[in-house]
Amino acid sequence: MIDATGYSCPTPVLMVQKEVKARSPKSLEVLVDNQCAVENVTRFARNNGYAVAVTEREDDFLLKLEK
Amino acid sequence: MAKKTKQTPEKTSWLGQNWLLLLTGFLVGAAAIVLNLLGNPGNMGFCIACFERDIAGALGLHSAAPVQYFRPEIVGIVLGSLLMALARKEFRGKGGSAPALRFGLGALVMIGALVFLGCPLRMVIRIGGGDLNAVVGLLGFIAGILMGLVFLKKGFNLGRAYKQSPLEGLAFPGALLLAFLLCVTGLCGLFRSSAAGPGSLRAPWYAAILAGLLVGALAQRSRFCMVGGVRDAVMFREFGLISAFGMVILTVLLGNVILKKFTGFSFAGQPVAHSDGLWNFLGMSVVGWGSVLLGGCPLRQLVLAGEGNSDSAVTVLGMIFGAALSHNFKLASSGDGSTPNGHIAVIGALAILLLVSLVLSFAKGKEGKK
Repeated sequence: MIDATGYSCPTPVLMVQKEVKARSPKSLEVLVDNQCAVENVTRFARNNGYAVAVTEREDDFLLKLEK
Repeated sequence: MAKKTKQTPEKTSWLGQNWLLLLTGFLVGAAAIVLNLLGNPGNMGFCIACFERDIAGALGLHSAAPVQYFRPEIVGIVLGSLLMALARKEFRGKGGSAPALRFGLGALVMIGALVFLGCPLRMVIRIGGGDLNAVVGLLGFIAGILMGLVFLKKGFNLGRAYKQSPLEGLAFPGALLLAFLLCVTGLCGLFRSSAAGPGSLRAPWYAAILAGLLVGALAQRSRFCMVGGVRDAVMFREFGLISAFGMVILTVLLGNVILKKFTGFSFAGQPVAHSDGLWNFLGMSVVGWGSVLLGGCPLRQLVLAGEGNSDSAVTVLGMIFGAALSHNFKLASSGDGSTPNGHIAVIGALAILLLVSLVLSFAKGKEGKK
């Protein structure tokens, strides 16, 4: 899992991009803590062929990316 | 505990994804035109750096008499963002990501902006007004952003922010609101106020705060950012933000043409601008580079501060401090041109940006993975 909580954009997207480029995983979980990161990671994931499910938790959001 | 799960919808059209950004760009451009008509300075209907500089003057942090006024636009942007964030349940007190560095970077961004004479927003407003010096500034701005991106790709970041109390997030917007209320209830005599020069040219306070509220609310909703536009286009091939950037130019240009204020593109005789090409370029390079490291342009910092991000509040305070330095030590340019002190400051700022970029790109551990 990528824990991008506390990071502001574009760092969460960059962390996901790095992982996708390095290993192109079939599925990936990303934890972020702001709506802006949710939107940006989601957009990036979709543009790279992933479906994204967002689970809102107490203070953060868990994004599940699946190919 | 999980509250809800949602599967994101299928891809929508480009316009469907970006209409809000385009609307924000239009509104920002329209606000610049209207506020200029109502009294704000030429090609400065809406400028974050200039207005924060005026606030620094109003607070007596510098004593440049022509640029002192507690600009309601700044208050409006922060409060508009706060209200929108509250309505959308996105307000969260958070902070603690390298506050001292952010303060310093904010100051550098302001120093660069005042050598050029404008923030990224005023830069595009100047382009829309026919000022070719701002095109030179734009090239420098892009060069600065590209420098910052080199380090972002190497892993640069300012570290994590942490959850704070809502009071921490409300402190900055609350202080601005208090100062504004002091102003409108007639206690503005507390603050310094220009009798001549750009600081004396002002739209009525109610129009200024209304424009700020609208821009702040919409920019919070759309994540409008002048630096993010170039960054996202280069890094992620996403062109929504940069289209909003273009929309500001188009709106201002059209507005000026309709109002018969547009007299063609030129370098000479532009309002509150100078034609020192090299320093226009390098000044905006500092702004672009510094803003990329900070994660957003000066407008975006105000919006984030409204959302409860005290790191951004500290950045804004750093910018106000940078404005004070600029005018106290003659770093800021004027219509007559840039200054020798300003040249030294810009070179120094570029050196500091390089140092900070290098240290935080390569001295990091493998943070972020669990």
